[in-house]
Amino acid sequence: MADRRQTKSKYTADRGIPGAFEGETITRRRFMTGTVHLTGLIGTAAIILPSLGFALGPMFEKHPEPWQAVGAVDEFDAATYVPKVIVIVAGIGQAGKSTVYVRKRDPKIDTEPQDQYNQFVAISTRCMHLGCPVRFVEAAGRFICPCHGGVYNFRGEVDGGPPVRPLDRFYTRTRNGQVEIGPRYSVNSELKRFSPRDPGETLDGIGPYLYPSRPSVRKLPGT
Amino acid sequence: MARLKLPAPPKSLNPAPKRPGEGNGTVTAKDAAKEAGVTVVDWVDERTSLSGPARWLMFRKVPKGTNWFYTLGSGTMFAFLNQAITGVFLAMYYRPSANEAYESARHITNDVFLGEFVRGMHKWGSSVMVILIFLHMGRTFFFGAYKYPRELNWIIGVVLLILTMAMAFTGYLLPFDQRSFWATVVGVNINASGPILGPYLADFLRGGSEFGATTLSRFYAIHMLLIPGLIAALIGAHLYLVAKLGTTAPPWLKAEKARELAEEEI
Repeated sequence: MADRRQTKSKYTADRGIPGAFEGETITRRRFMTGTVHLTGLIGTAAIILPSLGFALGPMFEKHPEPWQAVGAVDEFDAATYVPKVIVIVAGIGQAGKSTVYVRKRDPKIDTEPQDQYNQFVAISTRCMHLGCPVRFVEAAGRFICPCHGGVYNFRGEVDGGPPVRPLDRFYTRTRNGQVEIGPRYSVNSELKRFSPRDPGETLDGIGPYLYPSRPSVRKLPGT
Repeated sequence: MARLKLPAPPKSLNPAPKRPGEGNGTVTAKDAAKEAGVTVVDWVDERTSLSGPARWLMFRKVPKGTNWFYTLGSGTMFAFLNQAITGVFLAMYYRPSANEAYESARHITNDVFLGEFVRGMHKWGSSVMVILIFLHMGRTFFFGAYKYPRELNWIIGVVLLILTMAMAFTGYLLPFDQRSFWATVVGVNINASGPILGPYLADFLRGGSEFGATTLSRFYAIHMLLIPGLIAALIGAHLYLVAKLGTTAPPWLKAEKARELAEEEI
């Protein structure tokens, strides 16, 4: 038995529509409506999609982070930090510069595995609470943040206050007797290396999954 | 739903008929000016039929007990208009580049005629707008004006509140002094600390992984083009719903009984 709801034939020729031809199943009115809607859709997408891509593009772009020489090897010792200024973003003057605290690796206190990138320890001054600039206080032997009272010990691990992980570090290497500072990396509370994360993002437990690494910035491959 | 008749303009606006013997047929300059005005309005109305919607919008009935608290919404809107107008004129002197922004803001404040005043209107106006929007929200909440059938207007209002906060956040960076720079660093990092999407949102706001050359222009574009357009459109929707649904009476007023029922009780 045929479907009782279908009272009309699907062929336009059978329905007596003028100009219908053999085997035609869609009326011209419906076809034109669909065409106009589709054209409008394509036109809108042609405007929206490139604009969105234009605005979102920088999220997927990786910028080269050149190695920057900060001083001769014998400028740095293991007992204290030497502040050095490096360029984080070129071309925007003071706003693109940042202080880095550099010292020589001390095998007695630096327990993380040694490799070619940590013969010198370069600590970022970006507080891991919300990104204010910390400073190294010689008398206390600690890094202290002026904004909300974050305190880090000599190795940059959290001693107190709101920060959620130790201070970021930079890869270092020695070239022609000069210490060079490379890209940034983040560390968890065991000083294991991670791709750079923004402040306020913990890297312990499920942290690395809650705050995934971004395509715009990655740690060096193989570290 | 029953359709209400369009409200008529108040009687005071109707022209009084001429007294016999008044003017004696001479056309004064005042009469001619009035006639010219009527002609222009008629010409526009004949082609747009705008007088109906204008009467619908302007000569609405308001409930008994309407008081000064009901002006907070208009107050917020005027604060927004103040921001829009002063913002447009500030944009004539402001340069949204990391190397020039601070200098151009200093130039506006110190050198431009009335620059300090207009910049002050924009700066203090932003605080005024945020305060007024919260007072308006509080009035709506405590008067129960968010209830049926006005829930959608509450939702639009909340979106407007969020957009206003986004305006305050993006505008704070523009003077590009130490305070605005670090406040924005902190603000972007607060956004970044949201799980899963936070890091990507922060990258979107900065235009990359670091606070860079495009961050300021990005904030500027969001601050002066993207959000103001959205706010203006949503204010339109908000006002349409206010005109459509009417305002609520304050909660301390009880509904009056219909007269015939009241008489029966005597």
